[in-house]
Amino acid sequence: MEFGLSTEQAQLQDAVDAMLGRVCAVDRLRSGRGSSNFSAWASLVEAGVPGLLIGEENGGLGLGLFEAALIAEKLGKHVAPSPFLSNCVLAPIALRIAGAAEQRRRWLTALASGEARAGVAITEWVSGARDGASLAAADGRLTGSRLFALDAEGADILITVDNEGQLYLVEPDPAFVTVTPMPTIDITRNVSELRFDRAPAQALDASANGAALAAMRDAAWVMLAADALGAGWSMIDQAVAYSHQRRQFGRAIGTFQAVKHMCATMAAELEPARALIWYAAYAQDEKLADAPLVAAHAKALLGEVGRFVARTATEVHGGIGITDLLGLHYWFKRIGLDRQLFGGPELARRHAARLQGLLAA
Amino acid sequence: MDLHFDESYKRFRAQVRSFLDAHRADFPKPHGGRRPPPETLAWQRLLVEQGFVGRTVPTVYGGYGAQPDLLQSLIIAEEFTRAGITQGLTNQGVGMLVPTLLEAGSEEQKRRWIGPTLRGEILWCQGYSEPDAGSDLASLRTSAIEDRADFVINGQKIWTSGAQFADMMFCLVRTEPDAPKHLGISYLYFDMATPGIEVRPLTTMTGEAEFNEVFFTDVRVPRSQIVGERGQGWRVANATLKHERGMLGDPNAALARLGRLTSLLGSETRDGLPLSDDPLLVDRLMQLQGQALALKYHGERLLTEQVHGDPPGLAAMIVKLRATELNHEIQALGIDSLGEIGSLYEDGAHLRDASHWQERYMIDLGLIIGGGTAQIQKNIIAERGLGMPREPKLDR
Repeated sequence: MEFGLSTEQAQLQDAVDAMLGRVCAVDRLRSGRGSSNFSAWASLVEAGVPGLLIGEENGGLGLGLFEAALIAEKLGKHVAPSPFLSNCVLAPIALRIAGAAEQRRRWLTALASGEARAGVAITEWVSGARDGASLAAADGRLTGSRLFALDAEGADILITVDNEGQLYLVEPDPAFVTVTPMPTIDITRNVSELRFDRAPAQALDASANGAALAAMRDAAWVMLAADALGAGWSMIDQAVAYSHQRRQFGRAIGTFQAVKHMCATMAAELEPARALIWYAAYAQDEKLADAPLVAAHAKALLGEVGRFVARTATEVHGGIGITDLLGLHYWFKRIGLDRQLFGGPELARRHAARLQGLLAA
Repeated sequence: MDLHFDESYKRFRAQVRSFLDAHRADFPKPHGGRRPPPETLAWQRLLVEQGFVGRTVPTVYGGYGAQPDLLQSLIIAEEFTRAGITQGLTNQGVGMLVPTLLEAGSEEQKRRWIGPTLRGEILWCQGYSEPDAGSDLASLRTSAIEDRADFVINGQKIWTSGAQFADMMFCLVRTEPDAPKHLGISYLYFDMATPGIEVRPLTTMTGEAEFNEVFFTDVRVPRSQIVGERGQGWRVANATLKHERGMLGDPNAALARLGRLTSLLGSETRDGLPLSDDPLLVDRLMQLQGQALALKYHGERLLTEQVHGDPPGLAAMIVKLRATELNHEIQALGIDSLGEIGSLYEDGAHLRDASHWQERYMIDLGLIIGGGTAQIQKNIIAERGLGMPREPKLDR
């Protein structure tokens, strides 16, 4: 039994960390929003990250969600703009579980090499439809809308789900599919509204829909949790560093117990979540029976602890913490979006309860 | 990451489980901190013989003499939790004195005291805190002055669990009044029947006397009854405190309690409807379950790090703080779920679980304070774990 990273896993995580450290400077984040922002994508492609979950037969690395969670943590740490969740995790899972042989051959290979990019719009299936978003299929064409699509701008394929829970692969033609940016608090992520007007769509395997969607949801929950873990620890590290530098009343503010206890509480709340995320990712790779339960708990716990760390680390910085000059708010907002995407803590906990036969009524 | 156990460990788990299954009738009833009754002592002896208590303690000292194997220890702990019993007596002697003697005791001390302590034949209490030395333990003032072949002890201890039942005390005393405070302390032990010792039970908010005050007036203790050298008691004690914080942070205990709370929500009704259908209570339950699972896996991660010989860092320092807070919150939800029924205490027709929810809620608050308060834990996490600058201290 080995509850921790293997040497290879630690090396992979360190390499991604070092690479992101080189390309992700706060000044570059200021360049713009969504797809007009700089992206760490080219570097991730070079490192083979798009093929992480794709089998070697399609040119991928054939690794698991455990490795993906290690990378997601570092993407959060460096608030790296990239289509990682949609392109490297959710689309490959959908295609692997519910894609036809030809779809898998063509698109998994193109995704693994970085030649093609995928966007994913399944929010309504996971956390419910807002503002009346609705998507219906007729004669192999989709009509309606999906909100909170991830990385749909410039994508070669879109994976989406209709009102009945049927998954589709769409090659977006501007004549039938309109992609409108949805600006969120977090400029490092690309979120859009999709409008389909009789858009040609390929249905994925109807018998595997449910399994694919559940696997996508559970994976998204763990990846977002890992992202918040990395971003949260970065905020704690920045708060601790600031507590050494900043002097008031003739002392470094880190010598005051009020400040120490804020930092210690953040660390004590956040660090146990690391092991939960590791286990949740491992449980999905190994198809353990409790995998859905721990995925829900990881999403809920990091939603709560992430919010606490984001506000407390900002508070340790005092007034400078809320300025654009410092840029700490990029982490604050990243964690804010991690909490809401694919459902907040209450939704994830209700799911966890129902998995255990609670809330039967 | 690989959570599969090798075949040898699977066989080991099966052995532990079949032992426990076969001895279900011998499981002792909780004796509430008092002297263990004969059947509890017989069970404790069996656990020592089987290597479930004192597993890695050498046989010459009365232990089982197994090579240290943390995975075997994990399996034993998991199987005892599964069976719903503690892994033998959980007292200050087994939990703290034995590890301390193994680290710092003389050969003669180890041979004389470890065996009977493991078997539960000798009960120990711990004389550390004083009225004016709580979080600032190293400022303790109970004095021990050498006089011919003895130390002569005068002073007072407080928060001494089980002193009214104990045979022996291990105790921190000031032997070098002129040395800096951490360097003037020695670790002594002595018989509680020694003339000059007075024990006064200290009743707490639970209505029980879980603690005592202990007064010393010219108590004569042979000079040989010191562990380590004169003036080294602080170092010896710190080894012991490390073990105490481990005892207070067992994640299996939190999960066992959470199971009990889940059963409560399933069995209790309000207006005839089960509480397990109340979304607000269930949401709180799920919050606690998420935290408990995180601490469980955190514990497995720490164990793996220990197997690798990694030095304990921040991850280990947070366990006492988080686990005691979590246990307390579990009890609070138990009380809240029961509502007015949850405020019943001690006796009466409608009382649930023999006051368990209220009683442990109060005891757990004591555990948040004891063994290093939550605030002291946060200082340790901040300064040693996060490397934050130390507070200027006025008395160093």
